[in-house]
Amino acid sequence: MSAVTVQGSVLRVLRVVVIVAFVLATVLPFVYMLSLSFVRIDDLLREPLRVLPALDRITTETYREVLASEEDGGYGFARFMRNSAVVAVSASALTVALVVPASYALTRLRFAGRTQISWLFLAVYLFPTIIIAVPVFVGFQVLGLGSSLVGLVIAYVALTVPVSVHMLRNYLAGIPESIDEAAVIDGASRFQILTRITVPLAMPTIMSTALYSFMIAWNEFLFALLFLSAKQDLWTVSLGLTRLADGQEVSKTVLMAGSVLLTVPIVILYGIAERALTEGLTAGADKG
Amino acid sequence: MASKLRGFENRDGITLVAPVTLVVAAIIVVPIVWTVVLSFQDARYVDVARNGLFNEVTLENYANVLTAPAFWQSLLTTVEYSVATTVGSITVGLVAALAFRDRFRFRAPLRAVMLLPYVAPVVATTFVWQVALNPQYGVVNAIGTQMLGWEHPVNFLASAPTALLTVIVYDIWRYFPFAFLFLGAALTGLSREIEEAAVVDGATPLQKFWFVVLPQLLPTVALLVLFRMVMAFNEFEDVYLLTGGAAGTQVASVRVFEQLTGSSDIGGASATAAVMAVFLGVALAFYLRLTARQREA
Repeated sequence: MSAVTVQGSVLRVLRVVVIVAFVLATVLPFVYMLSLSFVRIDDLLREPLRVLPALDRITTETYREVLASEEDGGYGFARFMRNSAVVAVSASALTVALVVPASYALTRLRFAGRTQISWLFLAVYLFPTIIIAVPVFVGFQVLGLGSSLVGLVIAYVALTVPVSVHMLRNYLAGIPESIDEAAVIDGASRFQILTRITVPLAMPTIMSTALYSFMIAWNEFLFALLFLSAKQDLWTVSLGLTRLADGQEVSKTVLMAGSVLLTVPIVILYGIAERALTEGLTAGADKG
Repeated sequence: MASKLRGFENRDGITLVAPVTLVVAAIIVVPIVWTVVLSFQDARYVDVARNGLFNEVTLENYANVLTAPAFWQSLLTTVEYSVATTVGSITVGLVAALAFRDRFRFRAPLRAVMLLPYVAPVVATTFVWQVALNPQYGVVNAIGTQMLGWEHPVNFLASAPTALLTVIVYDIWRYFPFAFLFLGAALTGLSREIEEAAVVDGATPLQKFWFVVLPQLLPTVALLVLFRMVMAFNEFEDVYLLTGGAAGTQVASVRVFEQLTGSSDIGGASATAAVMAVFLGVALAFYLRLTARQREA
């Protein structure tokens, strides 16, 4: 047999093995999470190997406990989820409102400082978030925004704006400028071009930008930790989960239910918009 | 007339970009500058609260940072961690992208599933890993002791060599989808003709990969290396959430965090961060020079 056929058949088998291994490696931790969230803690301690609970031992008490408010003997995740939702929706709406005009200007208009601003947006990634977080926190304290969801939203907008501008700008650069020019000849103003032409054309990418910033804001942890640690009623889901996991008193399977509640919204959104999101992020990557 | 339009263009452009720029400047640039200023001051929270930016200027912070063995240790840890996760996640991502290159049943949904570690909340996935690796009730140790004959459960995240290794494995798991996504997009963009020509010339599949496919992917790989290195070098959440910086996993940003929250030494933390940023900047400049020829080609 020639080297070509040997390698060919080895690689064919290997490919199947590799695909199966990858799928298992990505999915199993999530299966583990979901499954443990229905397990009673004493069952887990007795039999850690039993990942899937016996049918008659399945419990949904974990979810009741984690969602219920503190007065009802729970851990208040319903409130945390509301906080996270408020923060993430506001951050993503604000990001879009800021990013659409900016990306339009960066692709269509020649103005002083255009290249410098593009560089600025890239340069911010050279610095760890941690050194940004502390001065922002101190500054917000002075302004009275320190321990509030408003402050957190502003911080998240700043964090997601640079990548969002990049995503949207790549897309807008692909829309022919002749459409704009035609509109100018028809007497449209800059504002009309932006709202009547650019926004509708770029809607899919705008949606994926919104989704991207929603996910960043929903998942974020460090700023929430610095801003809101002392205010339990304002905790986001991410912060609540870590704070409660630090202690010994909350059972791990109850917190697994909390992890599921933290993960499910993201997985649903991602499932709806997977294609738009991945295409938005890799835009321009295949052009080399 | 033309110059008048041009003037409007300038005005409109600045107006449209101003809000974003202001937010980024206020929330990102000002804090960075502030950090640099504070790094030259002997400042603790009380001093900053009382005197703002105007404390006594000193080089003491830098002297302290550069003479502390713990700093050099954390720099070394950061470099090891960054290089290992970067190389690991890109290699694994490349293998995945190649395996998913040709069509098969359920390719699209499975590809979407493969991105889950990257999109899922880091707090949730680190928590699952912590539980799975726990010596008392984790499934990994249960498998190890009950099925593989380990003598003792391994405390993966709390003892010295395994903690850093585990964090690295976790981050390869979390970030390989990113490389997978970009390399997958790059692979779709390749023209198949050159490969077909190589096959006609008798190239084996491995030769085809090594001499034809890989060279065309190198620009994407170079970009990914750059991206991942910067991100890994500044990584905080993954390490902090998994180990809290214990057991030999104190990377630089965790050290900065501890200087800030533990000893509230703002000046020292700022100096550490500034030194790290300089170090990263130099490494980047070196890397860009090294790959400049390749990017032009």
